[in-house]
Amino acid sequence: MEQTNRAPTEPQAMISLRNLRVSYGEREILHGISFDVMRGETLVILGGSGSGKSTLLRTLVGLERTSSGEIWLKGKNIAAISSQEMDEIRKKIGMSFQGGALFGSMTVGENVALPLREHTKLEDSTIEIILRLKLDQVGLSGFEDYMPSQLSGGMKKRAAVARALAMDPEILFFDEPSAGLDPIIAAGVDQLILELKQAFHMTIIVVTHELASAFLIADRMVLIDKGNVVAIGSSEEMRSSTHPRVRQFLDRIAEPAVSEELDYLQMLTEEHRHPGR
Amino acid sequence: MELTTQIGGSVTDGLAYLGALTRLGGRAAYFTFVAPFRGKPLRFESAISQAMQTGVGALPILSLITFFIGLILALQSAYELRKFGALNYVASAVAISMTRELGPLITAIVVIGRSGSAFAAEIGTMKVTEEIDALETMAIDPIHFLVTPKFIAMIVMLPCLTIWANSMGILGGALFGVAQADFTLVRYIQSSLDALFLRDITTGLIKSVMFGITITAVGCHEGLSTGAGAEQVGRSTTRAVVVSIFLVILVDLIFTALFFFVSER
Repeated sequence: MEQTNRAPTEPQAMISLRNLRVSYGEREILHGISFDVMRGETLVILGGSGSGKSTLLRTLVGLERTSSGEIWLKGKNIAAISSQEMDEIRKKIGMSFQGGALFGSMTVGENVALPLREHTKLEDSTIEIILRLKLDQVGLSGFEDYMPSQLSGGMKKRAAVARALAMDPEILFFDEPSAGLDPIIAAGVDQLILELKQAFHMTIIVVTHELASAFLIADRMVLIDKGNVVAIGSSEEMRSSTHPRVRQFLDRIAEPAVSEELDYLQMLTEEHRHPGR
Repeated sequence: MELTTQIGGSVTDGLAYLGALTRLGGRAAYFTFVAPFRGKPLRFESAISQAMQTGVGALPILSLITFFIGLILALQSAYELRKFGALNYVASAVAISMTRELGPLITAIVVIGRSGSAFAAEIGTMKVTEEIDALETMAIDPIHFLVTPKFIAMIVMLPCLTIWANSMGILGGALFGVAQADFTLVRYIQSSLDALFLRDITTGLIKSVMFGITITAVGCHEGLSTGAGAEQVGRSTTRAVVVSIFLVILVDLIFTALFFFVSER
């Protein structure tokens, strides 16, 4: 249960969150999140459904507004910058969405080339070379003329990663990289993340609830529960943690099980009292 | 008290909706007229392919519908005109009601059904599958990328379609004129043209431009405000059609009244 015992001004921190709060309307989703993401590390954000981990990721890439707090990214507080400045930062980050979010009306190649065409003045032949390179990196060489609908779930994710890599980002975000994939394909995506980490020393932030995948790829983990940081630390620290919430999550102890049993007992007694109801 | 609260609530909701449409239109206007001079070129290819879909693609069905409408107008006006032995006024009756009112309106309604709904469904689906979010994280403005080409296509294509619809309506009227009212085709068209002032055609075209803006704004706004889940796309599409039809009629009323009082002078 190591709180980040580094100073917030530590130059190695790529992203620093300070008391971040996010609300949807009246309902506050994140209640003051603070942690640092170091340059070159792979940080896994763990949490159950509805814990706020996806909201946290969306906030980090600027898709949700913060209600208070600071997010320091590349020396700028993205909670308080103009949309032009945010766009400049976005050119340096890549995001791989849960379902891939490839544009259905474009081929895989056009999808990957889109950020390059929009933000650079590169020649078509250069873009073509970068495109081949990126597809090769994710193991999709030769698929540039396929439509996203012709790809399998795992291939879509790989194509989405290629698109996220197109602008050579410094930070790569993954939303549930193994969601909806069978274990073998999911392991392939984990492998891809590990390769990217080793080859480019990119800062990678992954949101997931897949424990096996988290322990495989993470340098450090953050466990989010009900909009709060419960624990942060390396994989070993997490594994040996005695925090009840961490244990419950890692040992997969079902929370509603107890109340379900009570409900079941109550149902039985009700039935006993009013037979045939 | 409760009634007034309800009315007040509906009015503010309505105004907020119109405000959102105006903001969307304003952003699109920025990307059309200002941004190209700041190094953000227009997406012409996309606008042209949209224009092909919304414009050229609508021609067969629009031709058929407006031809029938012209024929119906001729029949309905002949019903009254023949009492006065004035069947030769059928041509002018059809020509004037087509160009001033029904040409632009029927065109708008066909385009709402074909394209307004398609805009909402396309953008709504992209919203549900996080493609809109993906555009934003790639620092590509969805308004620039998706909405602006649609505005350009619609503003160009609706007047063109309206001119075509006017002609088809007059041809539909001519079928009745030739078959039942002793016109030759040439004489029917000649008397249609004689009955028309340039003003009749231009007011119709101005309205059609306004309809194009309205339909695009509503379709794209509904698409962009789609919630999570596939069923929300259906809901947005339905809303886009219903709201577009209502707003087109409202815009029609406003501009018709405007032209009426302006031309009175």
